[in-house]
Amino acid sequence: MYLLTLPNLPMSVLNQLTITEARKGLDNGDFSSVELTTACLDRIKERNEEINAFITITEDLAMEEARKADEKISRGEQEKLTGIPYSVKDAICVKGVRSTASAKILDNYIPPYDATVISRIRAQGAVLVGKTNCDAFGHGASNENSMYGPVRNPHDPSKVAGGSSGGAAASVADNQCVFAIAEDTGGSIRQPASFCGVYGLRPSYGRNSRYGIMPMASSFDTVGPIAKSVEDIAILMEVMAGSDPKDATTVPDVVPRYREEVRNGKREAGSLRVGIPKEYMELEGLSVEVKHIIETQIEMLRQKGATIVDVSLPHTKYAIAVYYIAVPSEDSSNLGRIDGIRYGVQSDMDTLYDTYTHSREHGFPDEVKRRIMVGTYALSAGYYDAYYRKAQKVRTLIRQDFDNVFNEVDVLITPTSPFPAFGIGEKKDDVLAMYLADVFVSPASVAGIPGLSVPVGKIENELPVGMQIMGPRLAESRVLQVADLVTKLRNN
Amino acid sequence: MKLTISDIDHIADMARLHLTEDEKTLYAEQLSLVLEYVEMLNEVDTVGVEETCQVTGLEDVVRDDVVKKCDEEVRNHIIAQFPVKVGDLLKVKAVFTAD
Repeated sequence: MYLLTLPNLPMSVLNQLTITEARKGLDNGDFSSVELTTACLDRIKERNEEINAFITITEDLAMEEARKADEKISRGEQEKLTGIPYSVKDAICVKGVRSTASAKILDNYIPPYDATVISRIRAQGAVLVGKTNCDAFGHGASNENSMYGPVRNPHDPSKVAGGSSGGAAASVADNQCVFAIAEDTGGSIRQPASFCGVYGLRPSYGRNSRYGIMPMASSFDTVGPIAKSVEDIAILMEVMAGSDPKDATTVPDVVPRYREEVRNGKREAGSLRVGIPKEYMELEGLSVEVKHIIETQIEMLRQKGATIVDVSLPHTKYAIAVYYIAVPSEDSSNLGRIDGIRYGVQSDMDTLYDTYTHSREHGFPDEVKRRIMVGTYALSAGYYDAYYRKAQKVRTLIRQDFDNVFNEVDVLITPTSPFPAFGIGEKKDDVLAMYLADVFVSPASVAGIPGLSVPVGKIENELPVGMQIMGPRLAESRVLQVADLVTKLRNN
Repeated sequence: MKLTISDIDHIADMARLHLTEDEKTLYAEQLSLVLEYVEMLNEVDTVGVEETCQVTGLEDVVRDDVVKKCDEEVRNHIIAQFPVKVGDLLKVKAVFTAD
């Protein structure tokens, strides 16, 4: 990104800064939060018609928050994120700001409260520039299941931005904000981050509070950051992570000082054991170009002294099947509450039954309906054992695969996606092909472990390729250390 | 597992979804494909394997059973979102019918 050592930064490039760079500039008085925020809003206005990353742009709120942040900074009371512009995925509640989850049934929904992670970020005085487009309720891998139109990839607008958090990843990659908060159930942060060439972390399940996230699959959902550097991801995790009385699945473990652990506990390649799962690298359908770029990174680590270990996660091939039973089951149950009765858009019908069925018909896109139906079926009498219970058992075997390999290696390295961003419309009608786009990201979700997508190259200098680093549960620091090592080796 | 239109009708009824005839045909086909795909799970021997119901290892997370008052502002926001209301009350169609 931009180098802050230059005097008199032109205001038009402020939106390209990382959190660390923006913090320095704001604290030095090189520019104000109002100027930084204006640069982001100008970029959004210039680009949103084409890229479609934002469903709602919160210009007035942003300017008000920026002014308050400037006052806070002038009093010397700034915190890590004071005055830094960011976006929030539309499936995460922000008090007083329309939050649709990209579904028309919530077209008019204004949450009366903040999600816990958002209240932590807002308490620091960060500046919200808007709510980002996504696949409705997080259902999808291309952002084409949004009822507000697809998000286009900033690197090539004829391609998808990935999903479900396509708007979040595009908003950061296109410098429409400094960082984004999104949600990852089966790859929804990592896959779009890889398609758009930015960093995206799915934290361990239970590390960050899910309170205020529109629930998709409660035993898989996580909230995490998308940003322009490893250090920014570390900063964001320090602010977001930690137990929350409002989410009983958050873990009580102390939140590490991720930034210090990355800086001081710096990984030397020589002490690193990296596992390469053969089930990933030998997958039929893995693009030759993607494979080549990932192998180049692995070779770079090997040359610096890292021990590269070929490992096997034998149940990997079942992860998508487990995912597409367990997740729709939890989806169908969670989305039962989205019925147009207490909030949202209600169809005016004569009976209560018709009010439910028609509100849901008009307010949900196809993929949401499909998932609700698969889940309803999998949980119904007579089928529960064959589908849901069976999937939950295979889920145990997938978790054990990971436990076993993490006895041997520190981290696992894989491509984030088997291919780079695909064309808009290319897979839209092929439900299974779209599901298989998540083949490398869903296993970590099934196991509840952290995974970070790191941008490691581009195909033909155009489409970004992401590399996924996975670690054991709650080993976010280790994952970030390896990402930092890879990034530094690449830059040298 | 091949789903018929009448299976789809039954599932849509349980899921409280109204579907058009075209949607029924499309979903019957697409859901059948998904169910066919997940049949691969039957290859896996899961005898004696416990189900994964959670991944954190947390047990018996409880809080004091105390009623907390809703913040007045939040309460007003919630009421303001009711699609149909009478005063501060949410209005819904009759739950029970004569037949």
